[in-house]
Amino acid sequence: MDIFLQQVINGLVQGSIYALVALGYTMVYGIIELVNFAHGEVVMVGALVSLSVIERLAARGYSGWTVIVIGLLLAVPACIALGLGIERVAYRPLRKAPRLAPLISAIGVSIALQQLAALIWGRNYLHYPDILPKTQYAIGGAVISEVQVVILIAAAVLMAGLWILVQRTRLGRAMRASAQNPAVAGLMGVDVNRIIATTFAVGSGLAAVAGALVGAYYNVGNHTMGFLLGLKAFTAAVLGGIGSLGGAMLGGLLLGVIENLGAGYMGKLTDGAVGSNYSDVFAFLMLVLVLVLRPSGLLGERGIEKV
Amino acid sequence: MKSRYLPLLLVVGIAALPFVTDIALGRSWVRLLDFALLYAMLALGLNIVVGYAGLLDLGYVAFYAVGAYSYAMLASPHIGIHLPLYVLLPTGALLAAAFGALLGAPTLGLRGDYLAIVTMGFGEIIRIFLRNLSITNGPAGIDLIDPIAIGGFSFSASHTLFGFTLPGIYNYYFLFVGLTTLILLMSKRLEGSRIGRAWAAIREDEIAAKAMGLNTKNLKLLAFAMGATFGGISGVLFAGFQGFVSPESFTMNESVMILCMVVLGGMGHLRGVLLGALLLAILPEAFRPLAQLQQSAFDQVYLDPANLRMLLFAVALIAVMILRPEGLWPSPVRKRELHDKEGDDRPLPPSGQPTGSDSVPGHTGVSAADAGGVA
Amino acid sequence: MSRLLHALFLSMAIVAVASCGKAESPAASGELVVKIGASNPLTGPQAHLGKDNENGTRMAIDDANAQNLTIGGRKVHFELLSEDDAADPKTGTIIAQKFVDQKVAGVIGHLNSGTTIPASRIYADAGIPQISPSATNPKYTHQGFKTAFRVIPNDTLQGKALGEFATGKLGVKTVAIIDDTTQYGEGLAARFEEAAKASGATVVTHEHTDDKATDFRAILTNVKAKSPDLIFYGGMDSQSGPMMKQIKALGVTSKFLTGDGGCSLEFITLAGADGEGIYCSMPGQPIDKMPKGPDFMKRFNAKYGEIQDYAPYCYDATMVLVQAMKKAESTDPEKYLKVLAGMDYDGVTTHVAFDENGDLKGGVITVFQVQGGKLVAHDILSSKP
Repeated sequence: MDIFLQQVINGLVQGSIYALVALGYTMVYGIIELVNFAHGEVVMVGALVSLSVIERLAARGYSGWTVIVIGLLLAVPACIALGLGIERVAYRPLRKAPRLAPLISAIGVSIALQQLAALIWGRNYLHYPDILPKTQYAIGGAVISEVQVVILIAAAVLMAGLWILVQRTRLGRAMRASAQNPAVAGLMGVDVNRIIATTFAVGSGLAAVAGALVGAYYNVGNHTMGFLLGLKAFTAAVLGGIGSLGGAMLGGLLLGVIENLGAGYMGKLTDGAVGSNYSDVFAFLMLVLVLVLRPSGLLGERGIEKV
Repeated sequence: MKSRYLPLLLVVGIAALPFVTDIALGRSWVRLLDFALLYAMLALGLNIVVGYAGLLDLGYVAFYAVGAYSYAMLASPHIGIHLPLYVLLPTGALLAAAFGALLGAPTLGLRGDYLAIVTMGFGEIIRIFLRNLSITNGPAGIDLIDPIAIGGFSFSASHTLFGFTLPGIYNYYFLFVGLTTLILLMSKRLEGSRIGRAWAAIREDEIAAKAMGLNTKNLKLLAFAMGATFGGISGVLFAGFQGFVSPESFTMNESVMILCMVVLGGMGHLRGVLLGALLLAILPEAFRPLAQLQQSAFDQVYLDPANLRMLLFAVALIAVMILRPEGLWPSPVRKRELHDKEGDDRPLPPSGQPTGSDSVPGHTGVSAADAGGVA
Repeated sequence: MSRLLHALFLSMAIVAVASCGKAESPAASGELVVKIGASNPLTGPQAHLGKDNENGTRMAIDDANAQNLTIGGRKVHFELLSEDDAADPKTGTIIAQKFVDQKVAGVIGHLNSGTTIPASRIYADAGIPQISPSATNPKYTHQGFKTAFRVIPNDTLQGKALGEFATGKLGVKTVAIIDDTTQYGEGLAARFEEAAKASGATVVTHEHTDDKATDFRAILTNVKAKSPDLIFYGGMDSQSGPMMKQIKALGVTSKFLTGDGGCSLEFITLAGADGEGIYCSMPGQPIDKMPKGPDFMKRFNAKYGEIQDYAPYCYDATMVLVQAMKKAESTDPEKYLKVLAGMDYDGVTTHVAFDENGDLKGGVITVFQVQGGKLVAHDILSSKP
């Protein structure tokens, strides 16, 4: 068995999930410079809504990927509505406020969503039904499961789609313009409020997909599942250069691989002195190293600080 | 408004507070006051970093942990060393300051949110080490820590004064009030000093500050170290007060809470920060009976009181920020700045830019929106 | 907008009024109201276990009330005060103080060792007996407090018995150990490692994760490379369930053994078909072998649903407390504390008797195997320190 290859595959799959979530952070940040602390909780809601749907379908004997797609058909609109609601209630009134005010209200939203989810879905860890085929493929001494393949493909397709949306469409141009300079974009006839809302909607939609994939991959859902995932994804976004779409993708994949290789090889490299318990330390040290060398992240544009 | 008797009233009020609280609400509220004061010290420390120097720190709890563990390890049967407070308080403070500088050094060149994530990582690294090292006794933590004592006076023991028996929580209350006052005074002096004004310059515009000949690197390091010192002191007191430390007391959530206290109260304004700390420390407990009230009101539990309590807390956070984005009690200068901006030169309702007067370097005015657009 | 602010102030006022008005308790004529405190994390990642503990305690209180007990010649009514400590040590001490204020006769809790230990000092100062149903850190009962008890064997006994079981009954030669770096998981894994090594097994790797992780593939890939006979996990069900799925997905065929934290229906649900054939242990006799076990399970399921983990221990802890009061004919902690220390009580989980530290005396540990989606008793081990 090729351990290295296996660790890289594991890392890439985990990393594509980080990347999908990181896109939501980075898009919002790109336009309104806000760290949407509640984004991880939107992922959690996406996972739990799709879980509820899938559970009911699975109980009637349906299975396979179509069930997940049906789950998504409900989870995506639910998350989009949630994202729009959060933006309207907690962020829009604070757009002119001091920078840290929306951060605090975002923390408030995050706590509130966790508590609401606990009231709706209960406190227990919920089981995501086994409805997916357990086919395994062998490549070069490592194994990759069908779920992993689908996650990789789904993430790649969604990221490509988003890229086209931002780079090739009118809406994308309006988004980029609003990110550059909202006031001027407004003068050019862009409804900046609508663009910001759309950005939240797109990010939340991606979060819903990420949530459903996380559920299908790990087979477990809980009202607290979003927090850590959100933090990791935020880290990935910063690693890649927050505000940059390419950076979020790269950062996500890289963080996933770093974490897996760290957990896999730290024990060997240090001769057992520090083991897999320090893999997060390793990941953060890598982050610090990247940021010391490139203070705006890997693909972040170096901000020309004007006075 | 300003009366000659106000300071006197304040002193009497503060001295009487635990007694009144005890009689009206019970001893648990006195203990809560003690914790609230510990948080006040933490918030005042973080205020130096975030409020004065404008450096967003999401891993502040690390310094609290350093202080707490330094006391726990050197005043407990864990290693078998029992050093007195007058040695350990400076030790904890200095050690925390050293960690502050250690964190500050590699992060000096980073802008706002990049700094936030690195500090958060630092906080997590410290926690992971506490959890895995054998010298800190790993996840099991350190117990039987010596209570805080000065000379022969143990703060945890009950003492009899004028025929009243005062349990330990009273002693700690007065000790914490004293130290909080000291930290308040130090912060006040720092704010107006040469260093404080230099921090303000960095906060408002780092490039301009540099151009004026300020050594911004050293000043930022100093801010990290000073802030960490207060965190360390608070940690030492926490360890002695609680008698037990374990890694679960120093999670990322604590850092976030302390940051909320600073921002919610009014960044950079001492009275505001104090208010924020006391309020946020007490609020979750104050919502306890309220959440249970539904049972007596409706004869049935519709929403689980534990969840309802935290839900109310979250709603309060959001509501305060929307109603008073500058904090509950901002400094008069800051308030004026913000309200001048409102409805001035922006005819368009939408604006993605944070207002000027902002606190995180590199994010002032236009440069922020230009820095990293989508794609 | 200012209406919101008004609402906020109003709610504060209500809080103040509510907390003042709570002082007088509605004691019916002649009936003695005995308050029992229960403190568990009801919010946060361990909320499901906290609620389970609360339910176990509540059921015992309801049962005790249904018995119409008289203590010292007066009819008693037990009242449960349940609080959320969010698994936070600081909040735990505030609640402990609150229970002392409210003059509870005894406390069942807390769930975590991290909250139990600092709180135990406050109960000890106030002389209020505390029985933890789930805190397994050995330190809890070794602080010299006369008021600290527990009705669950500490990690030392269980880890040791499991280490011997693995090498002896299962005959494994090589083991891989994973723990979640909590004081429970790490402690259990360390005791297991000592015992396994002492009885001749080789530990090929000892990996660590943390109690919030969901992805274990990196460490499991390492484990797979060593192809051990057995994987031991020290940690909770919410992780061992998903972990089991990942073990199978990576094509690892080693046997799997875990402690009481993973020996639950939650594990079976989360691991699904991949959980078949694994071993896990619970302190005490198998619940269906205990005289009161099946009845307890049936009633608990009807009232609160499935048992998560420690509910039966909470039930026992509460019942022991009540029986001690009855035996002492007093609800005054000072009087019944001595009786409690010398109790002999047949509980739902085990025969409850305390040693000089307040730890559960001796007792047995049952190893279960998952068969057909059920926990089937496989072996009963005696646990000697």
